[in-house]
Amino acid sequence: MFHWLEKHPFFFAVGVFVTIAFAGLVEILPNFAQASRPVIGTAPYSTLELAGRHVYIKNSCNACHSQLVRPFKSETDRYGHYSLSGEYAYDRPFLWGSKRTGPDLMRVGNYRTTDWHENHMKDPASVVPGSIMPAYKWMFTNKADIDTAYAEQLTVAQYFSVPYNQPVPMKDGSSVVVKMGGSVAEANAIALEEAKLIAADMRDQDVKDAVARGEIPEIVALIAYMNSLK
Amino acid sequence: MENRPLEYDYTVAKMFMFTTIVLGIVGMLIGVILAFQLAYPGVNLILGEGLAEYTNFSRLRPLHTDAVIFGFTLSGVFATWYYVGQRVLKVSMAESKFLMALGKIHFWLYLVVVAAVVVSLFAGVTTSKEYAEFEWPIDIGVVVVWVIFGMSIFGLIGIRREKSLYISVWYYIATFLGIAMLYLFNNMAIPTMLGTSAVGESGIGAWYHSVSMYAGTNDALVQWWYGHNAVAFGFTVPIVAMIYYFLPKESGQAIYSYKLSLLSFWGLMFVYLWAGGHHLLYSTVPDWMQTMGSIFSVILILPSWGSAINMLLTMKGEWQQVASSPLIKFMILGSTFYMFSTLEGPIQAIKSVNAIAHFTDWIVGHVHDGVLGWVGFMIMASLYHMAPRVFKREIYSKSLMAAQFWIQTLGVVLYFTSMWIAGITQGMMWRAHDEFGNLAYSFIDTVTVLHPYYTIRGIGGLLYLVGFLMFAYNIYKTMSARPVEERELQNASPMGA
Repeated sequence: MFHWLEKHPFFFAVGVFVTIAFAGLVEILPNFAQASRPVIGTAPYSTLELAGRHVYIKNSCNACHSQLVRPFKSETDRYGHYSLSGEYAYDRPFLWGSKRTGPDLMRVGNYRTTDWHENHMKDPASVVPGSIMPAYKWMFTNKADIDTAYAEQLTVAQYFSVPYNQPVPMKDGSSVVVKMGGSVAEANAIALEEAKLIAADMRDQDVKDAVARGEIPEIVALIAYMNSLK
Repeated sequence: MENRPLEYDYTVAKMFMFTTIVLGIVGMLIGVILAFQLAYPGVNLILGEGLAEYTNFSRLRPLHTDAVIFGFTLSGVFATWYYVGQRVLKVSMAESKFLMALGKIHFWLYLVVVAAVVVSLFAGVTTSKEYAEFEWPIDIGVVVVWVIFGMSIFGLIGIRREKSLYISVWYYIATFLGIAMLYLFNNMAIPTMLGTSAVGESGIGAWYHSVSMYAGTNDALVQWWYGHNAVAFGFTVPIVAMIYYFLPKESGQAIYSYKLSLLSFWGLMFVYLWAGGHHLLYSTVPDWMQTMGSIFSVILILPSWGSAINMLLTMKGEWQQVASSPLIKFMILGSTFYMFSTLEGPIQAIKSVNAIAHFTDWIVGHVHDGVLGWVGFMIMASLYHMAPRVFKREIYSKSLMAAQFWIQTLGVVLYFTSMWIAGITQGMMWRAHDEFGNLAYSFIDTVTVLHPYYTIRGIGGLLYLVGFLMFAYNIYKTMSARPVEERELQNASPMGA
């Protein structure tokens, strides 16, 4: 049979393709049949948080920080409850990472504060002596891209039924509504309101001034995202 | 033409040899910079505070992996295809104007895509999926280049004189099919441009931005199905294609066993894709999938060692060649690193070992003993074999080649030993508890302790880069020397003259 295949490239290629594709069919399709279902307490990202997530991705933070707590005592002691599949239902793309040069960030919102992040991004070694993380000073001057975050919200609401402007159940029985603007201007206004709350907890006067002027530096969006990781 | 031996046309092969060397230097240089950034964070400011955004570890890291995978390795694959393909199929590219044009388009479009990748990654335009960082406009370019590569392969096969496909061709076909399938499925995304225009808005945000079709756990599943198998069909399969051609040619020995090559080829095709799940052990993907990933990774030893043993046994009775020829040294040590790396991988895929190894530098070490020792050595060996035939000149210096071999071997050994120690130290420290059940170390303790190993790794990487520069110099001097070979060198196997 193999001698015959080696003289008939078309059938050879078909044979190879089927052999390669087989594993994918068996392993991947079953999980895909089940849509990603959020666990209770998981809400979609707000416009500002999503813009912060883009800053995180833009700077490949995932190259050094994971967002996946494995079910070991050492990890739950250090980072909190181990990860559940449904907690990632709104993560497009996933950001589990593959290397921990720095600690896991899956639940960093539980134990770090706005001003800690601020200092950390300016000069990591000032808050963590011995840190090998570089500074990310440009995040204090670059403007966050709210428009793209809003475009993403529109897209996921449209194609993946992500529940914006709808009540989302929380663990304590209450519910929250994550607002998505009806227009770019409205989305920017919503993001700015959120940014003002973050900036109030920050020390950098330039950032505070920028937010007061109606601009949103990348650092503000990033911190909003960090604080949402719980 | 009738009574003369075939003359092959190496125009396209030469072009890709050039990018193999240039992009190899770029990828490895960035790698060395990254290594020293981890040991000495000040290196992040290598071009000053103003350019820190672009010289930062986080921007350079994807550039390094992509330059090595899609720049160095893939160029090597293309270069060897345009050389090996003609010879084992017994047909010259010059015989078909169409294939010749296709080959050149392949090269120039590839260069355009590479340039787009470099610009976009420096700008921070990335989807964050490892080795699939490109946004959709570049993805489309990649697909076009890949389709042209496929047309080139099957076009040459279509006009072949040799009826039976040599083993290397099997592997090149598999490379094309495997990457095509993986790349397409993993990069499925909806451009936000489409999403916004569907609701009556347009021109909002960045035009190149997209959203992955898959969320969370599913996204991770597809990504590592792709990520692991990009290694398979980019780093294993085409490199096996190279050694199956170049080792018998260089040594004048026939492949040890045809049956073993059959077994290892079909085995590799069937088993490799199951193993992607080992990247997701202890994650939130279903347990049965994790178990499958783990078990199939161990089974993967069989087909991998099948090819490696086939190569080593090809040298049966001719081992003195290993001592006398630096080129054979590269190939044999490459095969040995392949065996070593495909044993190390399955060990890391065992669940209890993975609990320590995952997220640590041991994984980085594993990747690099494979890529530096196996992929790098084989590509350089292939180019060394091709150079005298393509440029019709003797290799400039065999002793330089031997010196390069030892420098690079030392580099690889320093690299993986330091990363083993670093990784296992890290993994053990993360999990250590004191007698009261509290964590014994804070995270930063596990970072600062690694400094000496990071320094050693940097030195190892630097040695490898120095060796690669010696390689580039050797090829350059060969190219620019006075022609001495009147005709092409003729060897016996594979597939006769």
